[in-house]
This record gives sequence, structure tokens and C-alpha cells, in this order.
Amino acid sequence: MAGEELIRFNDVACMRGGRLLFEGLCLSVCAGEALVLTGPNGIGKSSLIRIAAGLLPPAAGKVFRPQSAALLGHDLALDEAMPLAAALRFWARLDGVEEAAVERAMQAYALTQLAPAPVRYLSSGQRRRAGLARVVASGARLWLLDEPGVGLDDASLALLAAAMADHRAAGGAVLAATHMDLGLEASRLLDLGRLSGQNR
Amino acid sequence: MNALWHIAGREVARAWRGGGLWPPIAFFLLVAILFPFATGPDGPLLARIGGGVAWVSALLAALLPIDRLVEPDRADGTLDQFAVRGVSEEVIAAGKTLGHWLGFAPALLLAALPAAALFQMNGPATLSMLLALLIGTPALAALGVAAAALTAGLRGAAAIAGLIVLPIAVPVLIFGAAAAGTGGGGALRLLAAVSLVITAVSPFAAGAAIRGTRG
Repeated sequence: MAGEELIRFNDVACMRGGRLLFEGLCLSVCAGEALVLTGPNGIGKSSLIRIAAGLLPPAAGKVFRPQSAALLGHDLALDEAMPLAAALRFWARLDGVEEAAVERAMQAYALTQLAPAPVRYLSSGQRRRAGLARVVASGARLWLLDEPGVGLDDASLALLAAAMADHRAAGGAVLAATHMDLGLEASRLLDLGRLSGQNR
Repeated sequence: MNALWHIAGREVARAWRGGGLWPPIAFFLLVAILFPFATGPDGPLLARIGGGVAWVSALLAALLPIDRLVEPDRADGTLDQFAVRGVSEEVIAAGKTLGHWLGFAPALLLAALPAAALFQMNGPATLSMLLALLIGTPALAALGVAAAALTAGLRGAAAIAGLIVLPIAVPVLIFGAAAAGTGGGGALRLLAAVSLVITAVSPFAAGAAIRGTRG
């Protein structure tokens, strides 16, 4: 169903360590859309993603998120000692999705070869792809991605772009914080640096 | 509710990867073997203190893995992922308590048999000690998880967690040792009451502490 709203911020403000990062922020992401957050370091991109995920209460304003979301943070959140496939399956079971979804997600990020490898032996780019595969496998319609492209080579970036395009085509939405071009077509851009500049 | 079993199963698997049943058994037996060396080979004395020694070693065995109960999950974002999925912090704490208990208590009960022989405890005393351990160890597991949650992310967390657990574990220790020794049925019932209260309340304390680790 296109046009359905998956997340909305109403006049949201964010305080971190007594410092106001942004205020009066309104945004909305609907099914099929992608919103890219940019801005200099420390402007509050990660905090905005954490607020969207419900991990951080906004200092003011309201966040509406009618459905579950999948989060890719800076941390991998996969058991280091477990084989990659088993570590991904733990979250899939918790999400109540079938195991084939994990296979498909690993395929989408070219991780099938690495399925039996313990997570701690993965390189940083492979770990990033594993985190992205966890997001794909979750089946959530809203993806909250914090710097999804960090550490990825060109081939992996193309896989990421393809996965996000497929997700949007299937009625999903992406909210991503990034410094690089993620290859998102017809995405909207929100520059937090400019926003806080307007407010001050 | 589903999440509870998943989290408990994950904790058991992690405890198992750390060497299966052997570390708690070896630890428990080592403490039990050390005591006769310290007190001398006086049979009646050993039989009298056997239950108490079992409880001290059970408490220490419950504290052993305390630094890997919550902190790794906080550091690698697993707790965040639970929160995004709407798993409440109390369910996480309860699941971790169940998993932690399964990770050390069955091994402890097994090890208590040879330990009882070392202390020359007779049949009925051994049986009441096993029963007391079975009833009391859930409280030790719950306290361990609560202390681990309270100290997650702190430097020297394990030592602080020990300082938190030990005073609260005193009632369990008193009634547990009494139930294994001379106290009999009354001590066992008091032990069950204390254990029930601690096991039921701790996940809420641990849940609040887990919420507090998010920033």
C-alpha cells in the first residue's frame, strides 16, 4: 500500500549532554520513500535515528511509528562466537520470520559463503553487511540505517543500493544517516546542519 | 513470552560454549576440597560445616560469570535490538535469570554429591542440602543478573557486583545453610519464601537498570 505513513516526527527536539542538537524538527517517511539525513559530525544524525527507533526519548515533541522498524546502529549485535547464519537466525526467530528470510538476506549481501564462519572472524566490511542482512531479514517495513555505507567496497555499496531499491519497491521505507552517496533514487534529503542553522 | 525463552536459550548456549557444565562443577569442588585443608581432617566438624560450605561455593559460582551476563549485550548493541523489537527490559532480565540459572545450578547440584562425600555428610543431610540448593539458587541467579545490569559499563564491574550481591544474599545463605544443617523444614520454608521474593523482584530492578544503561 503506497503512501502509508511509516514514521512521523512532530516538532521533535533532541538534547544530548545538556546541549540542544536540534528542535522543531518535523519529518515524515511514507511507504516507498527514502529520507537521507546529512550534516556535519555531531549534528545529531545518530541521535535522530535512535529517537526514531524509540531508544532515546525526544526532549520535546512526538514521534509516531505505527509499525515495527529495523535498526542498523554502529554496533553489530550478533554473537561473536556463533556462526554468522546462526547469529542471524537468533534475531529471525525473535522476529517470527521464517528461516528462508535469513537465507535470502544473506544472499542479498553476498554472505552465503560466510554462513558457517564465526562472526568474530568477519572483516569490518563483512560485519557491516551482516548487520544489513539482519535488517533485511527482520521483515520490518521501516529501515533505520545509521551510516550503512561505512566500510563497504563498491560492489557491496551496489548490493546495499539494490536491497534498498527492492525494499522500497515492496512498500518499505528507508531513513538513513550518511555522509556518502548511497545510490538511492528519488530520495529526499534532510540537512540537519542547515536546519539547526535556521533555528539559531 | 516467546522472547523470554529465546533469551534464556541464548544465555544457556553462551554458558555452554564457555566449557559446558565443567567450570561450575570444577569451581564448586575446588572450594569444597580447599575447606578440609584449611580446617583439618576432623570428620564431625566437616560434616557440620558441609552445608554452609556448599552455600558459599554456590554463591561464588553464581557470581563467576557476572561480567558476561549483561555488559557484552550492552556493548554490542544487542540490548538496543531487543528494545527496537519491543521486548521489555523486565522480560530480558527474567530470560537472562532463567538462562543463568540453567547454566550453573544443574551443574552445581551434580557437583554437590561428591562434595557431600568429601564432607562425610550422611544421606538425609545430603538430600536436604540438595533440596535447599535447588530452592535457593534461583535467587542467586536473579541477584547475579540484577547486579550485572546495575554495573554494566562500569570499570571494575565484577568487584562492585560482588559487593552488591553479597549483602542481599545473606538471608538466602542463612536459611539455606540452616535447611541443609539442623534447621530442617522451617528453615526450608523460610528459604523458599526469601528465594521467591528475590527471584520475583529482581527482574524489575534489573529491567530498570538495563533501561538506565541506554543513553
